[in-house]
Amino acid sequence: MSTSGHDRTFAHGVHPPECKDNTAALPIRQFPFAPVQVVPLLQHLGKPAIAEVQEGQEVTRGQRIARPDGFMSVAMHAPVTGVVERIALAPAISGRMEPAIFIRPFPGSTQEPLQGAPLDAGTATPAQILSAIQEAGVVGLGGAAFPTHAKLKIPDGKRADTLLINGAECEPYLTTDHRVMLEHAADVMAGIPFLLKATGVGRAIVCIEANKQDAAATMRQAIPPGLPVEVAVLPVKYPQGAEKMLITAMLGREVPSGGLPIDVGALCVNVATTAEIGHLLPRGAGIHERVLTLGGPGIVKKGNYRVPIGTPLRFLLETVGFERDITRVFLGGPMMGNAVSSLDIPVTKGTTAVIAFTARQTGNVEQQREYPCIRCGYCLDACPIFLNPSMLGLLGKNGEHQRMADEFHLMDCFECGSCTFVCPAHIPLVQHFRIAKRAVRKAKAAAK
Amino acid sequence: MSAFDKTLQIRSSPHILSGNSVDHIMFHVVLALLPAAAFACFAFGLTAVLTLLVAVGACVGIEHVLCVANRKPSTVGDWSAVITGLLYGLTLPPGLPLWMVAIGGGIAIVVGKLVFGGLGQNPFNPALVGRAILQAAFPVAMTTWPVAMAEGRFSGLPSSLLTLPFLTPRYDGVTAATPLSAWKFDHHLAGTSDLALGFTGGSLGETCALLIGLGGLYLAARRMLNWRIPVAILATVALFAGILHLSDPARFAGPLFHLFSGGLMLGAVFMATDMVGSPLTHLGSVIYGVVIGVLVVLIRVFGGMPEGVMYAILIGNALVPHLDNLLRPRVYGTRAGKGAKA
Repeated sequence: MSTSGHDRTFAHGVHPPECKDNTAALPIRQFPFAPVQVVPLLQHLGKPAIAEVQEGQEVTRGQRIARPDGFMSVAMHAPVTGVVERIALAPAISGRMEPAIFIRPFPGSTQEPLQGAPLDAGTATPAQILSAIQEAGVVGLGGAAFPTHAKLKIPDGKRADTLLINGAECEPYLTTDHRVMLEHAADVMAGIPFLLKATGVGRAIVCIEANKQDAAATMRQAIPPGLPVEVAVLPVKYPQGAEKMLITAMLGREVPSGGLPIDVGALCVNVATTAEIGHLLPRGAGIHERVLTLGGPGIVKKGNYRVPIGTPLRFLLETVGFERDITRVFLGGPMMGNAVSSLDIPVTKGTTAVIAFTARQTGNVEQQREYPCIRCGYCLDACPIFLNPSMLGLLGKNGEHQRMADEFHLMDCFECGSCTFVCPAHIPLVQHFRIAKRAVRKAKAAAK
Repeated sequence: MSAFDKTLQIRSSPHILSGNSVDHIMFHVVLALLPAAAFACFAFGLTAVLTLLVAVGACVGIEHVLCVANRKPSTVGDWSAVITGLLYGLTLPPGLPLWMVAIGGGIAIVVGKLVFGGLGQNPFNPALVGRAILQAAFPVAMTTWPVAMAEGRFSGLPSSLLTLPFLTPRYDGVTAATPLSAWKFDHHLAGTSDLALGFTGGSLGETCALLIGLGGLYLAARRMLNWRIPVAILATVALFAGILHLSDPARFAGPLFHLFSGGLMLGAVFMATDMVGSPLTHLGSVIYGVVIGVLVVLIRVFGGMPEGVMYAILIGNALVPHLDNLLRPRVYGTRAGKGAKA
């Protein structure tokens, strides 16, 4: 069992201010229901779920309201007991309008969540577990929202030896995984056997950054006898919570370019996802709420809340209060989070946090004018995958997108933002890369 | 109902920046150069003050005027023209006619930087471009060296300084060979402590190696200077000169003499490390430094000129695009030698 492990990390990376103090000590609180909950049918990577309720139909909290459309899709569950008002388009974080189920809560309901047939990790088969995870609507709660059952499905001929439970939570402001580890350690430990059984992996390591020593201690105490689980503490560094970086930090293996963790015998599952599996599967229930951090200087009552899926951001902000000079709201942490254009966007399964900045934080970003690249090389020392963001930025500005991909590994960039964070010329490198990646994908699709 | 009706900014992540900026870095480089500049003023008096002022003024002035003339926002606020001016001024001999100082400064900015597209685009160090052209144009004036610590340096000005444009300067003060040319042509060896402390003749900034090193340490501690470059240059010079010295001590000066004489310190610490003209990768930086170090000794010992730092760095600058292209870091998840295909 490793307690020190302080030499274990990945190369490069950055140290943004952690900004977790405001919410790290605040227990998770239940968030009230919005006047209308908006449940998008696409909350994950893959195909949208298929609605199986009609307008006007009454639904119970936790009831399945949409079924998965194929393997790369998951079920959706009602976040609240109420009536389906309509099934219509709602704004999504992608910037597009996506179909969603609008549910109006019954004010008098007890809101007791519906439960189904329980599953026992000891007796269930791997296939049963995978299908139960898909039925429970579980996706990666760390932000990527990749269907978890798809991730756990080991391709033929491959083998994994280690399951990493990702509790790094390296993004500034975010404290949800921290609170889940402190308050739901038993759920995490209940989830691990399901994951191990489903994948045939022999051991699990819960990976926690050193700024969450209390969580590491709690997790360590919660390990049930006989469960092959270790807790590892890693030095604080961004982006350690990125799958590839965590695998390198913990196991010293490099996921091949364009490959998956399974190619190096590793699997990586977010700790909150694990806790949900440990909570839902023994109850036969589906995911209908998630823990997220409401934080940033623009929020009055900052904290960690268990928020029903489909709660519109407007209701979220108005309930906790916001500062007058709020200028930017983004979902997720400040390094990788997506800025929202509309507050009608609802909370989805992949929403780790809602952070609001005021003119004070965004002002200095805006005032900092863009300079030409001075080739300082800071970005090369920051990039965790050893790209040359300086060169990529110049090519991006010139629109040489294909060359960026062919010669400079553009497609390996996972947009962690470290290069942009350190750039003294304030060049929006990640933005250039996003535009270029899109253009390259489009060109590739057109060529087919 | 909407209590919330604000316009929200949409931006690509990340939403936070480190707070570092180009003008911040450049300003600190200026700060780090100040001790060396102040010592030059102490050693050479009013001459140095005027030379440095004219050098900086010419660089900043021409950049500002050309920006305005091109209807572009002036870029002098980024402090880079100040650095060019200071560095360029520090490479000049004290007593150089001020009109030459001004012309060289203009050349440094226009030919060294703006013709390539301004900050970040210049392949060569602008200060050295200015000096190189000046040296070609006015070889005698650029190699006439008034002595340091002269009497009356704070009360009067040498007549050469105020020579009218296009007239030949007359030197009324005491001039002397620099330690490097004294060694090269007369085989006279200056003392190491005089060299390190700066009590010898030479360019304004060729004097106090210790203060230059101090400025470099300050920048390196703030990660605004790639320490690998000066370390590689100085180690190479020491090693190469040391080997030569051991082979024939009577013919070749020792490593300490080479380290502390001429423009090596200023060049290694402040010019070769110019971010724009130096390699992006660590290995590239070391190779770049070694190449410069070898060239410095080769030119000094076997070349026709007593000093070779300027040309060594300019040649080093020319190698940088190739070093960057050849020494790409191995991207995570790719095997070494597997080519550039993603």
